[in-house]
Amino acid sequence: MSIFKYASPSTFYPLAGKIAPWFAVVAAMLGAVGLYLGLFRAPVDFQQGEVYRIIFIHVPAAWMAMLIYLVMAAYGVMALTFNTRLSSMMMEALAPTGAMFTVLALWTGALWGKPTWGTFWAWDARMTSTLILLFLYVGYLALINAIDDKKRADKAGALLVIVGSVNVPIIYFSVKWWNTLHQGYSVATSGSSMDPSMRMPMLVMTFACWAYAIAVALWRVRAIILEREKEAAWVANLYVASPPKTSGARA
Amino acid sequence: MNWNEFFSMGERAFYVWGSFGAFALLIIGEVVLLRTRQKKVRQKVNT
Amino acid sequence: MKARHKRFMWIAIGLLIIAVAVTLVLRAFNSNLVFFFTPSEVAEQKAPKDRTFRLGGLVTAGSLARTSDGLTVKFDVTDTAKTIPVTYTGILPDLFKEGKGVVAQGRIGTDGVFKASEVLAKHDENYMPPEAAEALKRAGHPIEGKVFAGQKPVVTQASSNIKP
Repeated sequence: MSIFKYASPSTFYPLAGKIAPWFAVVAAMLGAVGLYLGLFRAPVDFQQGEVYRIIFIHVPAAWMAMLIYLVMAAYGVMALTFNTRLSSMMMEALAPTGAMFTVLALWTGALWGKPTWGTFWAWDARMTSTLILLFLYVGYLALINAIDDKKRADKAGALLVIVGSVNVPIIYFSVKWWNTLHQGYSVATSGSSMDPSMRMPMLVMTFACWAYAIAVALWRVRAIILEREKEAAWVANLYVASPPKTSGARA
Repeated sequence: MNWNEFFSMGERAFYVWGSFGAFALLIIGEVVLLRTRQKKVRQKVNT
Repeated sequence: MKARHKRFMWIAIGLLIIAVAVTLVLRAFNSNLVFFFTPSEVAEQKAPKDRTFRLGGLVTAGSLARTSDGLTVKFDVTDTAKTIPVTYTGILPDLFKEGKGVVAQGRIGTDGVFKASEVLAKHDENYMPPEAAEALKRAGHPIEGKVFAGQKPVVTQASSNIKP
């Protein structure tokens, strides 16, 4: 029972409200440190000069785009096996942020590609599969909004996300499996081809993006819980018990 | 530190600031949209 | 907007997105999954002869030459096993350098020269300050990035000149 205690929207709602601000604070602090290190402390690159600094947002954004999708797929499996409402709500809460990071990865990649490769876009395996990831995010959001029956919408959405998750390893390994214009891994388990002074800001920015995504997803899931359960008794009690004076601090 | 030099990013200001600017813009946009969504649903629940 | 209209709109958007995604997948799997062919693959007749394709590899050190009009360049592309001469008229990207990666689009002539219509630079995943790159070079360990899948490490001229 204890594991499933927080799987109930009524208990998760206040918990999410309590922890989200902490993640927001961590995200802001790490983001400030990461930007300072990346823009002011990191040296120029021996080949690319200053323009390589785009890596400090491009790589974290691309990692987040893939990671958030995998987390959504995990929630999708939970939603289909345990039939938990909260899992579907978490999927819906994560999708817009995942889509946002995918757009960011594509956009910064284009702006980085033009001055280095000589083109904004190429139909290589890495870039094409990342574009498909964006369509999966948008397709999921369109699907769950198209079906009026929430239960069926959740099931269809979970199925789409689980099936689409085959795309994530394709994105990740594309630079290894095929000839691509995109360069290979800059950070791997076997070591890194990045100087530590450049790797550090990238990792700090990555953790900042993690904290940001958690904060935003928790915040959004609270809105989704209220939207979906506005008829429930516990929601009514919530606002009788505590008048909206806390809205400023919690929002 | 020379600020002009910093903002010119080695003649690559458009690409570097275009990237960092989009990053800032999208995050601010997401937070603003979320805030309006939260406000709207709170009003609905309250009445 | 009525709920029914709204639902139709979402379904239409969804179908459109799926259609676009499928088209992209097919496009990618058709020919573009192989973004470029290496000189060895071209030598093995794996590259298409009747249409344009992309040739990828390293620009052979010392092979870059400009013709008299100043715009047309000639260089060799190698994967260390086979080498193919390339001509190109136009502006080269900033990161185009001898000994570095390149992907050229065009077709191969009967004379075996690859006529490129577009040249892209393919940089590696090494990032370091200039001083560090200089120090590595001095120590006799030049940076060897893998530019294409299965590429053997390339010993550049710079390193073979400098003996400890």
